[in-house]
Amino acid sequence: MIEWFTFAQIAVAVVAGLLCIVLGFAGRAPNDLTMGATALVEVLLIAQLVVAIAAPAFGNTATGSVPEFYTYLVSAMILPIAGGFWALVERTRWSTVVLGVVCLAIAVMLYRMEQIWTVQLG
Amino acid sequence: MPLPTTAPARPRVRGVGVVLVAVYGILALAATGRSVVQITTKFDEAPLAYLLSAVAAVVYILATVSLVAPGAVWRRIAWATISFELAGVLIVGLLSLLDPELFPHDTVWSGFGRGYVYIPLVLPVLGLWWLAGHRRTDK
Repeated sequence: MIEWFTFAQIAVAVVAGLLCIVLGFAGRAPNDLTMGATALVEVLLIAQLVVAIAAPAFGNTATGSVPEFYTYLVSAMILPIAGGFWALVERTRWSTVVLGVVCLAIAVMLYRMEQIWTVQLG
Repeated sequence: MPLPTTAPARPRVRGVGVVLVAVYGILALAATGRSVVQITTKFDEAPLAYLLSAVAAVVYILATVSLVAPGAVWRRIAWATISFELAGVLIVGLLSLLDPELFPHDTVWSGFGRGYVYIPLVLPVLGLWWLAGHRRTDK
């Protein structure tokens, strides 16, 4: 993982999450803004996957458990797809809130992934 | 002969319940993933803790499914699994405080769900509250 990129992702995920939750509680159904924000989080996660796979070739290896890292990453990547699918099926304010919850969960997962990559041992 | 009054194939959970199911689903996903990794890579380090995590993960999956599945049986399963989780997080939380050696490695219920932003503690309370307040019509 690349530290600045990870923290940029976390920032995007937190902003997207809060945006969706606020708009959801304000009564908005999923729209281009909220779906787009979630899609952006997903795109960044895909980039993160590429970075993680390529990193060891540049001498950047995880200090912690690689299986655990990829479990978090793959789980995180599934979430926006499931949330986005749900938002298309049920176009209510709560679907927007769910998108927000998904983005915040991803922010937490990214933080855990950063821990596993740089702090955790073995 | 009258047709049976089966509901159309639409999700039964409405409103804020959707958010509850979503959070349960995410927690189930996270707990299961972590448990699978723990058991397949380092089970011998803390077999009790990792088995506990596995049981918790299965219970979370059941809880998530039972919240959306229709029928009285699933409703009972929802009550049982969510109560079990609440008991689990309270008991394990207390034990991990009183005797940290018992759970040297973090499980989803250690420290009252500290490793998961205390969501394992708050979520079953919300789940039980939601179950109590939303009587299902399809008994």
